[in-house]
Amino acid sequence: MRIEVNGRTHEEDPRPGQCLRTYLRERGWFGVKKGCDAGDCGACTVHVDGEPVHSCLYPAFRADGRAVTTVEGLASPDGELHPVQRRFLDAQGFQCGFCTAGYLMTTAALDREQLADLPRAFKGNLCRCTGYRAIEDAVRGVRHVESPEAGESVGRNLPAPAGPQVVTGTARYTFDIDVPGLLHMKLLRSPHAHARIAAIDTAAALRVPGVHAVFTHHDAPERHFSTARHEHPEEDPDDTRVLDDTVRYIGQRVAAVVADSEAAAEEGCRRVEVTYDVLPAVLDPEEAMRPGAPVVHDKDATTARIARPRDNVVGEAHGEIGDVEAGFAQADAVYEATFRTQRVQHASLETHGAVAWFDEDGRLTVRTSSQTPFLTRRALCALYGLPAEKVRVVAGRVGGGFGGKQEMLVEDVVALAVLRLRRPVKLEYTRAEQFHGATTRHPFTVRVKAGARRDGTLTALQLRVVANTGAYGNHGPAVMFHSVGESMAVYRAPHKKVDAYSVYTHTVPAGAFRGYGLGQVMFAVESAFDELARRLGLDPLEFKARNVIGSGEPMVTPGGHEEDLHIASYGLDQCIGIVRRAQARYADERAPDGWLVGEGAALAMIATGPPGGHIADARARLLSDGTFELSVGTAEFGNGTTTVHRQIAAGELACTVDRITVRQSDTDVVPHDTGAFASTGVVVAGKATLRASRALADLLLDFAAAHLRVPRADCRLADEAVLHPGGRLPLKELYASARAVGVECAADGHFGGTPRSVAFNAQWFRLAVDPGTGEIRILRSVHAADAGTVMNPMQCRGQVEGGVAQALGATLFENVRIDARGEVETAAFRRYRLPQYADIPRTEVHFMETTDAIGPLGAKSMSESPFNPVAPAFANALRDATGVRFTELPLTRDRVWLGLRDAGVAEGT
Amino acid sequence: MDLNTVVEIRDARHPAPWLPGDAWLGGGTYLFSEPQPRLRRLVDLSRTGWTPVEPLPDGSLEIAATCTIAQLSRFARASARTAAPLFEQCCRAFLASFKIWNMATVGGNVCNALPAGPMISLMAALDGECLLIAQDGSRRRVPVASFVTGAGRKDLAAGELLRSVTLPARALDRRTAFRQASLYGLGRSGVLVIGTLDPLDGSLAITVTASTVRPVRLRFPHPPTAAELRSAICSAVAEGEWFDDLHGLPEWRRHMTLRYAEEIRREVTR
Repeated sequence: MRIEVNGRTHEEDPRPGQCLRTYLRERGWFGVKKGCDAGDCGACTVHVDGEPVHSCLYPAFRADGRAVTTVEGLASPDGELHPVQRRFLDAQGFQCGFCTAGYLMTTAALDREQLADLPRAFKGNLCRCTGYRAIEDAVRGVRHVESPEAGESVGRNLPAPAGPQVVTGTARYTFDIDVPGLLHMKLLRSPHAHARIAAIDTAAALRVPGVHAVFTHHDAPERHFSTARHEHPEEDPDDTRVLDDTVRYIGQRVAAVVADSEAAAEEGCRRVEVTYDVLPAVLDPEEAMRPGAPVVHDKDATTARIARPRDNVVGEAHGEIGDVEAGFAQADAVYEATFRTQRVQHASLETHGAVAWFDEDGRLTVRTSSQTPFLTRRALCALYGLPAEKVRVVAGRVGGGFGGKQEMLVEDVVALAVLRLRRPVKLEYTRAEQFHGATTRHPFTVRVKAGARRDGTLTALQLRVVANTGAYGNHGPAVMFHSVGESMAVYRAPHKKVDAYSVYTHTVPAGAFRGYGLGQVMFAVESAFDELARRLGLDPLEFKARNVIGSGEPMVTPGGHEEDLHIASYGLDQCIGIVRRAQARYADERAPDGWLVGEGAALAMIATGPPGGHIADARARLLSDGTFELSVGTAEFGNGTTTVHRQIAAGELACTVDRITVRQSDTDVVPHDTGAFASTGVVVAGKATLRASRALADLLLDFAAAHLRVPRADCRLADEAVLHPGGRLPLKELYASARAVGVECAADGHFGGTPRSVAFNAQWFRLAVDPGTGEIRILRSVHAADAGTVMNPMQCRGQVEGGVAQALGATLFENVRIDARGEVETAAFRRYRLPQYADIPRTEVHFMETTDAIGPLGAKSMSESPFNPVAPAFANALRDATGVRFTELPLTRDRVWLGLRDAGVAEGT
Repeated sequence: MDLNTVVEIRDARHPAPWLPGDAWLGGGTYLFSEPQPRLRRLVDLSRTGWTPVEPLPDGSLEIAATCTIAQLSRFARASARTAAPLFEQCCRAFLASFKIWNMATVGGNVCNALPAGPMISLMAALDGECLLIAQDGSRRRVPVASFVTGAGRKDLAAGELLRSVTLPARALDRRTAFRQASLYGLGRSGVLVIGTLDPLDGSLAITVTASTVRPVRLRFPHPPTAAELRSAICSAVAEGEWFDDLHGLPEWRRHMTLRYAEEIRREVTR
């Protein structure tokens, strides 16, 4: 066997059934990524003798005698980037970057005909972050990045600091490290939706050559915890064990096998003998709440923090302000309907997983694909009784999150194995496990009733919300509470009432997902108001504009008012203005003959952080070479916060961003960071960075003034020096002088995440429907985003486009289907359709002109919120085109056609 | 993905007794895409040296099971036969990208016997005939349309090998029309209907795949009326036989099949 890879020869024989992807990675070519391992996502694309192939499907033995090029070999040997790499940097055609190697290797192989038909050329490449516009720009050679002068980087299109590593395949994601002596873990998962484990025999598994250990519920701590990660763990129910003696969904882990190789661990899993006492299961949340339904968690309500365990209600919210019955009596029209949203998977291209070991100081070190390294450390310490200083949690570059990694799904069991075996252990989920054994977006059923007077005044709004949280409560109550917050507060109505339930069922757990429940409820509310307006003969947008809260109004939900939430900037009126302009400008877009055309909009509001506090620490330090080091806790998974942190620091320290090195997502670098979730990467962690940088700038000026004996007011930072009336003191010299007198040029910044502001979004679509087939074409897509001061327009635009694209997936086709037994049917990308290049239209993105009084430098969050108005805007446009109100997602062609036929709009055959 | 239970790769050129856990390895694009815990040995067809597409003296085409989709596409693009455009249309009906075309084989797609297998659609519509070789060396020929008997089911014994598919000359001289529906843009087929019109005798054949669990072939000595076509399809596919999976509701598939069949009837008889 002889394979040439990027000019280097490998002569080791592959294993008989090995694919080229793992053969390459085992030899250190970590640029070759695993997104699906099934030929669907293209992240592992390499060239074999010049032909692009998916290396996960390519039998390694067939590479004998051939030359393989991976992304690491795309640049010329002297380091000169390939033109395609250059273009992906210029356009920033990536966010998390996990798919980028695949795009580069595919693009580099396209001929002219293929370049003219990118939707088809990119059939075999999935990107979950960008929404594809940035990729198109990269392929077409559009340049977006800028190199502003020192101190002028805020508000400019700075590129991501990790860009050069991303495009050369040298950025290090979770598993892109070589750990000597590494053992591999595989999980045996439950085939039953509900069963007690009567017996479990590991003897045969332990006899498999290479197997070191098999862990079962007998080895797991008795303690219950929540996989959800929040600053305050008491927000979430403690209903989960590392390994349990009861299984509550098909896919729940039953045993963990640790072996020298994944192959031996898999074989060990097949040899574990489990005797199950199968129990009755309940899959539907309404059924689960009925008397006599199987109980998912027969636990103590107080200890486990489950609202009503016997009724399968893990959390509930009830509230009323005013009197909704009186409100409906005052209305001239009342609309009532039930809306349903489906299960959706985050589908970050990097799967869940962790690799852990003891470092030389005997500290448990966990490298994990997580949005919350600090909270994961806290959870591991609680679970295993370890002091914080004995545990270090680190995230490398993370390949996408979307809320799915605000969860401890693997670190607990990997830590258990490392603590027992004192050997490094790795667990890397397969793509199928992402569907069977991770979390999903919560499926919601929302009964909405809304009344208004003829003049368009909303009189009452009532919601009954049932969220299916699956077998474990993790984010269930928190998502349920959030879902009826901003969605109900953004409209002014004297009478509001809510009854909301988060309900256990024997299905794969739901968790945190971009929007955190808001999008599901907004689908119902924004659709219902659209319909209500039509019934009153009013323009839906006018109706909404009339009833949204103004800048000085309180934000009221049936639960009352949140003390620390403020409208610290208001751009909703501007958002509505953008929609009005789009309506006028694109009024006469044409569609094919026989197609029906319509337009629709939806509005959204979101708090710029979670309630109850969200903590970030940052530390800025002057280094001996006159550059700066910024330490932050927050993780980078394509959200772009690292870019913005550098911009903020560069602004305060009056330098260019290349003078600032960021250390991050490591429990060693700062005291604490709640994590990169709830859209806090810029507004909370960024504020800590701002404070640290500003404090350091002050410290440098103070020191320089004292050192030079000049007035402080005459000193300023610029040009890598402190400028003063007598000349300039280079920062390098300043560092040396400070050091000589024992002064450390470093400063800390802290922000507790409160008070909070709100951000606004509006989405508008004009679309055409073929009533004969159910096919829908988006003719125009316009999005208005009120992000306050936009720190990096290119990047913020990317967040909006990516959010719209992900939401279009959830609107049009994404669906984690569960069969009658409770098993996930869609455990691969060929069965679970992710938006492809061909599916996503370009969205016109507009930013509002606002400056927030709370956010750093006037900025607000803009990462979850673009998702939320998309589905209702789409459904409203579909209603406008066809006269038919669709109340259930996704809107696949078959369902749309059926709905139109049943309504008499489409002909049947 | 790695197939960790596989302990040996055998070369198909050196026959050995077929054992449980053996599987033919064509392009590998299916086998390596899902866990195959029962497999122990892969019998590699890549060194057989079979000519991908062999034009035979009688004008027919013999397509080797190992012919890749990319090779078939290139061949058809250069071909002047009347039915040549149908090849590219069917290649493009793959959910998989052009990169997969470089590895995936015609034989693999036919033997997977999935309703949405576009090589099945193509070969069934063009009267393709499978050449099958049993472990004892005996040979038999089966029409592609009856080789696939259900979703994932086929007329193939253990160890039997699909050597090639032969498309008769007359089928290659037919005018063709193609329609495909998917729930998504450029997505997996939920409905795929092909019509072929024989210029010699004016007969029309309609081949329905993807919306049914196996290929459904309808032949009309003379082009039917719209009503005749519709009634023929409805009697060939009973109400409960429309394929029901996550790539389309049966009712929609039935509707789209009838709609496309009618469009095709009009197109080829114009």
